[in-house]
Amino acid sequence: MDKPVKLACRHVWKLFGAVGPDFLAGATEQAPTLEMIQDAGLVGAVRDANLEILEGEIFVIMGLSGSGKSTLVRCLSRLIEPTAGELIFEGIDLLKASAKEMIEIRRHKMGMVFQHFALLPHLTVLENVAFPLEVQGKSRSQREQIAREVIELVGLKGREDNFPRELSGGQQQRVGIARSLAVEPELWFLDEPFSALDPLIRREMQDEFLRLQSLLHKTIVFITHDFEEAVRLADRIAIMKDGQVIQVATPEQLVLNPENDYVKEFTKHIPRSKVLSAGAVMSEQKIGSSHQVFADERIEKIAEKVVTTNETFSVLSSEGNVVGSITPQQVINVLVGRSDDQ
Amino acid sequence: MTKLAQQLAQSRNFWFWTTLLLVSWVLSTYGRDLAKAVDAKWLIKFPAAWRIPMKGEISAAMSWLVEDAHFGLFTVTEATRSITWLLEQPYQLVLSLFASGFYQGVGQDAVLVFPALSWVFVIILVMAIGHYAKDWWLSSLVGIAFLYLAVFGQWDSSMVTLASIAIAVPIGVWGGILLGIAAYKWWIVELALRPLLDLMQTIPVFAYLVPILFLFGFGPVSALVATIIYAMPPMVRITTLALKSVPTELKEFSLMAGCTPRQTLWKVLIPSAKPTLMVGVNQVIMLSLNMVIIASMIGAGGLGYDVLASLRRLDIGGGLEAGVAIVVLAIALDRVSQAFALQRSPDRPLYAGNSTTLRIMNYPRTLIVLLSGGAIFAIGSFVPQMQTFPEAYELTTGAIWEDVIRTINVNFFDQLEAIKTTLLSVFLVPVKRFLGGIPWIWGLLAVSLIGWRVGGWKVCLLAFLLTAFIIVNGLWAKAMTTVYLCGISVLIACVIGIPVGILSALNSRVDRIVSGIIDTLQTLPSFVYLIPVVMLFRVGDFSAMIAVVLYAIAPAVRYAAQGVRSINPQLIEAGIVSGCTPFQLLRRIRVPLALPEILLGLNQTIMLALSMLVITALVGTRDLGQEVYIALTKADTGRGLVAGLAIAFIAILADRFVAAGANRAKQRYGYES
Repeated sequence: MDKPVKLACRHVWKLFGAVGPDFLAGATEQAPTLEMIQDAGLVGAVRDANLEILEGEIFVIMGLSGSGKSTLVRCLSRLIEPTAGELIFEGIDLLKASAKEMIEIRRHKMGMVFQHFALLPHLTVLENVAFPLEVQGKSRSQREQIAREVIELVGLKGREDNFPRELSGGQQQRVGIARSLAVEPELWFLDEPFSALDPLIRREMQDEFLRLQSLLHKTIVFITHDFEEAVRLADRIAIMKDGQVIQVATPEQLVLNPENDYVKEFTKHIPRSKVLSAGAVMSEQKIGSSHQVFADERIEKIAEKVVTTNETFSVLSSEGNVVGSITPQQVINVLVGRSDDQ
Repeated sequence: MTKLAQQLAQSRNFWFWTTLLLVSWVLSTYGRDLAKAVDAKWLIKFPAAWRIPMKGEISAAMSWLVEDAHFGLFTVTEATRSITWLLEQPYQLVLSLFASGFYQGVGQDAVLVFPALSWVFVIILVMAIGHYAKDWWLSSLVGIAFLYLAVFGQWDSSMVTLASIAIAVPIGVWGGILLGIAAYKWWIVELALRPLLDLMQTIPVFAYLVPILFLFGFGPVSALVATIIYAMPPMVRITTLALKSVPTELKEFSLMAGCTPRQTLWKVLIPSAKPTLMVGVNQVIMLSLNMVIIASMIGAGGLGYDVLASLRRLDIGGGLEAGVAIVVLAIALDRVSQAFALQRSPDRPLYAGNSTTLRIMNYPRTLIVLLSGGAIFAIGSFVPQMQTFPEAYELTTGAIWEDVIRTINVNFFDQLEAIKTTLLSVFLVPVKRFLGGIPWIWGLLAVSLIGWRVGGWKVCLLAFLLTAFIIVNGLWAKAMTTVYLCGISVLIACVIGIPVGILSALNSRVDRIVSGIIDTLQTLPSFVYLIPVVMLFRVGDFSAMIAVVLYAIAPAVRYAAQGVRSINPQLIEAGIVSGCTPFQLLRRIRVPLALPEILLGLNQTIMLALSMLVITALVGTRDLGQEVYIALTKADTGRGLVAGLAIAFIAILADRFVAAGANRAKQRYGYES
């Protein structure tokens, strides 16, 4: 991991209720337990969250409802004032920024997409997308030009003069995405953006999202309650439960080394072939075969090739050195979900 | 034993209420003798020596305010008179435009510089507005309404009324929006405003007519001030509510977009709350029209004055015509403002013209109105019929109405009298005697006990204090008469209204007829009810009761229908598959689940009944309403305010009691806490 850290969140707490001033005083050394918080009559929505979000990665925060993921992302964007902690964004502590500074940061460096789209009902698509530019005071021609470009980027060209209510859910969320991208944010928050959509549309929007990211390379914090979605999109996933971050890892690591049974339960129903890479399945034997795959390629992608060829493949690192080999049997084991160390 | 009693008996409540009622009955019947026996007359009649001379003090404070008080550089009177001047300017402008025309010079030498808008032009204008708001249907409805005003000879008065509405509504709306925003932004403002709004909505208007009269002088401006005070509170509430109910995500979005607080308010919150806000605008318009007649008591001219004058002459035809004109105006304004509320997006020209000179071409409607305005003005100089509707063609129905009433009176006098006497002797008088006989000391205790029972010690304390206020001002007997009249009217309104409401929720044909009637009843100004009722039953409690029932029945019907309609259809289906008969469905599922809504309707009915009671004082009831009315005619600030507050307190107590009951019903059925 040699990418620079874009946003670091250190010992962030959010307690709801009347919090005494020194309730969290010694939290860095001895954090209060869930019982202590409940006994004090508080709700621990986020407890001691530590995250480092790297530049250009898709960081997914996954948790069931009530796990605190929505509160956490609102702490990260400072929509909710955390009870304690530090938020370092490009070297400055966001929690110490004044209201004025926050307005500037949000105007130019952050964007957010909301679960229920949060489109302004009285504005057209074009005006909605141009809205963040309008509040910055950009001229009409300037902001409409930018807005038109972004609308085209998300594939809504021709819908500029429609009102949000005239669009389908998927289209509305495209407007939401376009609007959040109009200011060219460096940090892009997506709060369950596809949860309110039908399964088929959701799938389509996920592809669209990946396409956009391959063009834009934003730093992304993506919230979801859907583990499959998380696995599909994430570079890294943070799993939350009861306000705590239980594990932060790549999808593959989550499947291979779940921190506890709770995490394991999630990974159970995920088709391994979608998560595991050749490198994780291969054996150490370095065989120089004419057939080759890269170590970071997912099994799903190479399965057809390996199985139909029915020969052992050599596995290459990204530099092109042979690091191991993979047999058709190993691939089939992954596909049918059989444990491979039998 | 009825079903209701059986259900009550199952709960502990039964004992509380029976005991309370029994003790009250015993004390009411034998209290007088009892007090005599122990030689303690003060138990029955609140001793004059204990009274607090509150009304005298208020009157004194008022005259001090008017005569002596000053803010350093200028006196209070100067301040209020300058407000009068400020309001007067736009009012005069609008009045000249619609009704009187613009004059140069004074008195005899005045020269007409520019005539008032021609009736033809006003009709074209309102039709264009109707079309802009919705469609040709609305346009023709509004057109016919205004044509009616012209044909029936109500044009001039209507335009005077319209002018005052045109000033009162924008001030009421914007004042309400600004106060509502303040209450939304600062909780302390909300905390301070809430009881004030409660009071403003429950205190009868008459009670503050006198102080307004003192501060602003007799005239249309006083009437405007009273109208604004009366019509603004709902706008404040609706604004706060609308802002609060903007989805959290939208508020978060506006933060994330980097909006300053001001941008958040004016670019995000207010526009997205606009549909709800428009409902508030509609409310303000309707309430302003409600005030038209009362406002004419302190100097507003127009239709209200016509109704009031006819009422004083007992001229049923004239009163009814002017009253119907108010209704017609109300219906037109109501439909147009509702259409604006439902209008989903601002009308945009389909193609944007580039050349500025021809931009007007993109708005054909505006163009037509402007052109016709010019044409009518030009023709009007030669053809006076264009300018004012020719008197020779005016119609009147006054004589017909008088004939109708006369015929009824001649042919059905005995029957009407029999109904009246029976109801009075069987029902009204015993209830009046029972309530009137309750000694004040037990009354105080009983009301507090009820408060404690339904809402714990807080409501108990409130009940005690408010009742004590009424007693120490020596208004106990009149308050009980008010409770009696209001209670009986509400009871009858509910007995008729709730079943009708339930029926109209279940049957769409009934619904269409009922909502037609209810709509009409609600837009009729309250005074109009008095005329036929008095003609048929003469003055007294009975007439008052009928007028109150007619006025207050609407919410009972509306809320019952709404409650039954909004029941989750799955529950009805569950009942059907369990094999309920239609009657069982009604009794076991629909009515219990609609109960919270029905109770809300009851609450509203009580409020309307109380506000109507002040008006029925005109037909000779001896309650708090009469007290307020007398104070108005004697211009006695203190007396009017104290009696007005007493009515407001009864309303507040009734509201708290019923709301507590509604909450309990909700909890019982597990809706929410």
